Amino acid sequence: MALTLASPGAESPAPVAAVVRLRGFSRVFGETVVLDSLDLDIAPGEFVALLGRSGSGKTTLLRTLAGLDSRHEGQEVAIPSARAVVFQDSRLLPWKRVWKNVGLGLPGKDVRARAEAALREVGLGHRLDAWPLTLSGGEAQRAALARALVREPQLLLLDEPFAALDALTRLRMHELVLSLWQRHRPAVLIVTHDVDEAIALADRVLVLDKGRIVAEERIEAERGQRTATVRRLRAVLLGHLGVEAAEGSYADLVAHPRSTWLAAAE
Amino acid sequence: MKKPGSPSFTLRPGRWLSPLLLLLLWEAASRTGLIPPRTLAAPSAVIETLAEMIWSGELPSNLLVSFGRVAIGLGIGVSLGIVLALVAGLSRSGEVAIDPLMQIKRAIPVVALAPLFIVWFGIGETPKIALIAFATLFPVYLNLYNGIRGVDVRLVDMGRSFGLGRAQVIGHVLLPGALPSLLVGLRYSLTIAIVMLVIAEQINATAGLGYLVNNARDFMRTDIIVVCLMVYALLGLGADLIVRVIEGRALAWRPSLVEA
Repeated sequence: MALTLASPGAESPAPVAAVVRLRGFSRVFGETVVLDSLDLDIAPGEFVALLGRSGSGKTTLLRTLAGLDSRHEGQEVAIPSARAVVFQDSRLLPWKRVWKNVGLGLPGKDVRARAEAALREVGLGHRLDAWPLTLSGGEAQRAALARALVREPQLLLLDEPFAALDALTRLRMHELVLSLWQRHRPAVLIVTHDVDEAIALADRVLVLDKGRIVAEERIEAERGQRTATVRRLRAVLLGHLGVEAAEGSYADLVAHPRSTWLAAAE
Repeated sequence: MKKPGSPSFTLRPGRWLSPLLLLLLWEAASRTGLIPPRTLAAPSAVIETLAEMIWSGELPSNLLVSFGRVAIGLGIGVSLGIVLALVAGLSRSGEVAIDPLMQIKRAIPVVALAPLFIVWFGIGETPKIALIAFATLFPVYLNLYNGIRGVDVRLVDMGRSFGLGRAQVIGHVLLPGALPSLLVGLRYSLTIAIVMLVIAEQINATAGLGYLVNNARDFMRTDIIVVCLMVYALLGLGADLIVRVIEGRALAWRPSLVEA
């Protein structure tokens, strides 16, 4: 290892190029500054959670990363070409059968086989030929995940993908997302306002407020062994979201004598 | 259970009763001379005339002429409506160019154009077909145009986020999304086509259902008039059936049909 820093002729190991790289990125709609000189790096295979209140600029940032908002001439914006989004609503095309939705726009001849494999991986092997409107909410989100995965994205964007699901289904979806991430290792950015979801899933949690990243917390603890971390971290993160909360879990948060912020916020 | 794509006219048994009763009353009134044949022919006489007219070839040949007029007029009107709606629906400049004209056109009742069409095209086939085409254009245009504009923009975003180009977004998202609206428009157009056929055939027709009706009127043959009314009704039902079959196949993904 001593070699690497020595002679200028020797090749130093290139730092792994970030999958996403924004520098001083701003987005202005009329008078409103939605994103304010934002810096963001996401490393390959990294799982990042983005927290933010509504109106914090989450959606705009996500649209930029999804390539849906191309008005950033002259700004330093690097996003991978292989990227995929899972939206809060599954956004399956109701007039295409599930496997055709998964294979939507894929080039090549073995589309059906690839779509099938992806659907089996998310546990929907039995609904290949179903119409999307006959799927349950959880199934529809699985299909949306399959549609994202089949593209082998370097960057997987999850836009509050589980917000509309019931708690048990959401738990299963968290398991699924983690296992898929561990197998395929895309960089993941999950946008959420569920602090617990962020802590459970991510390597790193960012808090966006008024178009700026106001907090960044790296979670070193292994997934599945984060209970100790949670007590302090969730209070910190909630604090950044404007919620003054005591340390502890959700159970003690709601009726806590100090939770006067609710009245203040209304 | 109803099979999707096979619309049925199933009625509860009781619902046949009143029309049947009316027919019986009508027949009885005709037999007893309460309704003279010059006012309205008896149902039995109508059936007899119908059989004769089919046998002699009079009805089939004239029906074919009328059918041809509807088919050509509808073909022109629906195609034009679709093309204009696509141009207006899929591009902003197309919308600016076409939509105001269509809204002006909507304000003019097509029937009122008949005199102008006769001046322009004479009294042959052309004004009849032109009337049908002109009248059937609008429902298709309006519904398809609104259908395209009404496609969920979130689905368009989804398509774009997965790297679909403009043509693919149109093919996979916009057009299938607007199809239900197009079929609604088509259903209106078919109904209007039959109405316009009746009106257009009042213009000095020398063949067709309207010709039969006009002739029958001159000879006070109410039986022939009723036969032609029945044929018009059947044409309308047939047109509706066609659209329902198309809907059943093309819109199999819709929940109402999925569950049926």
